Amino acid sequence: MNGPHDLGGQMGFGPVLPEADEPIFHAEWEKRALALTLAAGALGAWTIDESRHARENLPPALYYTSRYYEIWIHALCALLERHDLASRDEMARGQVAQAAPHAHAVHALKPENVASLLAKGAPYDRAAQGAPRFAAGDRVLTKNMHPRSHTRLPRYARARQGIIEAVRGYHVLPDSNAEPEGRAENPQWLYTVVFDTGELWGQDGERGLTVSIDAWESYLEPASP
Amino acid sequence: MSEAGLPARCNMHYRRMMTHSGDHDHHHDNALSDIEARVRALETILIEKGLVDPATLDAIVDIYETKVGPRNGARVVARAWSDPDFAHWLAHDATAAIASLGFSGRQGEHMRAVFNTPDTHNMVVCTLCSCYPWSVLGLPPVWYKSPAYRSRAVIEPRAVLGEFGLSLPLSQAIRVWDSTAELRYLVVPLRPDGSDGMAEDELAGLVTRDCMIGTGLPLSPAARNTRR
Repeated sequence: MNGPHDLGGQMGFGPVLPEADEPIFHAEWEKRALALTLAAGALGAWTIDESRHARENLPPALYYTSRYYEIWIHALCALLERHDLASRDEMARGQVAQAAPHAHAVHALKPENVASLLAKGAPYDRAAQGAPRFAAGDRVLTKNMHPRSHTRLPRYARARQGIIEAVRGYHVLPDSNAEPEGRAENPQWLYTVVFDTGELWGQDGERGLTVSIDAWESYLEPASP
Repeated sequence: MSEAGLPARCNMHYRRMMTHSGDHDHHHDNALSDIEARVRALETILIEKGLVDPATLDAIVDIYETKVGPRNGARVVARAWSDPDFAHWLAHDATAAIASLGFSGRQGEHMRAVFNTPDTHNMVVCTLCSCYPWSVLGLPPVWYKSPAYRSRAVIEPRAVLGEFGLSLPLSQAIRVWDSTAELRYLVVPLRPDGSDGMAEDELAGLVTRDCMIGTGLPLSPAARNTRR
């Protein structure tokens, strides 16, 4: 979707302000927000792609005025409600409607399993089917697409010619894996595609710059010679 | 998710996000802020439903506060500077090479190491969210997640680097890697001059978090000695 999250090349956000000796967390609630997001995600009701989509679905004014972990919390509440894990009323009041374990409580992440789960992660590559359509050095054109649903093709890199730098493997497609209903991994070949500054920005990008994205095969078409 | 009052809150929140001088400066009493109350309410009901265990939350926080952070990545870089065979492995199969040092897992499942050269400086961003190699760098700093960095890194990276106090020669091209998939990027900077003969542990002390994102350079041995 063309949401507030898609920031590449946007203007007006001011300078980058690095903070000297920045702490890992700036407040206690940030720790809980991170941990709640990871622990709730471990219930398995949604994919990481659906959670990203929930964040980018926030109203733009809310997205831009929220601190980053606030964006996570807004999205987490939306996901919990969508998947019937908590109601809006319960979350607003901080009180459960019924004092009984939820049916999904059996999936709750146990403290003794945290370290192994985080160390294992969730690989997104899958057994390859067929051969990649493109090879390193091929010129490609990214699609001019504006889906209302999730995609990882940023706006600044749509309908642009680039060069395949490498084939990166066969990865789950976030566009379909983000769907709350009818979720599908639909794995595809993934490529690193490089663009030069003129193709992306005309005369208005810095000279000598190249930018790459990682793009799934369905984002790409062969460039006409 | 009420939007009531957003325009009035907008500037205050945005400025706080940009300067993030802490969550205490706007508290005049002991009342919980909106977000503190919201997170506490959420934690309470998820615990009561048995969906999260408070000890699990503590364990997650402990890992990212004490175990997973940029010291991991610094060890990877120092090993690459010291051991050409490891550097070669890192260039060709970063996930496996990094795992051999004990670093793997969430937001580091598919690693790529990108090596700076005298001709090319690498810089990493996630324009769409906040993708970052947690397994080697820990959780991202606020600026990495900020709209300012995410919007500008792909169009005017030299101007952004200037805000980090970094001015690269024009002869060195900049390559920006936008983390749009599940690949996570670690920049391997050039080994600093004057570091010949240093042991791997000492070298790791020169490797800053920012130089592994591409918004900084490693410390020089002389500068590090001055800092001591």
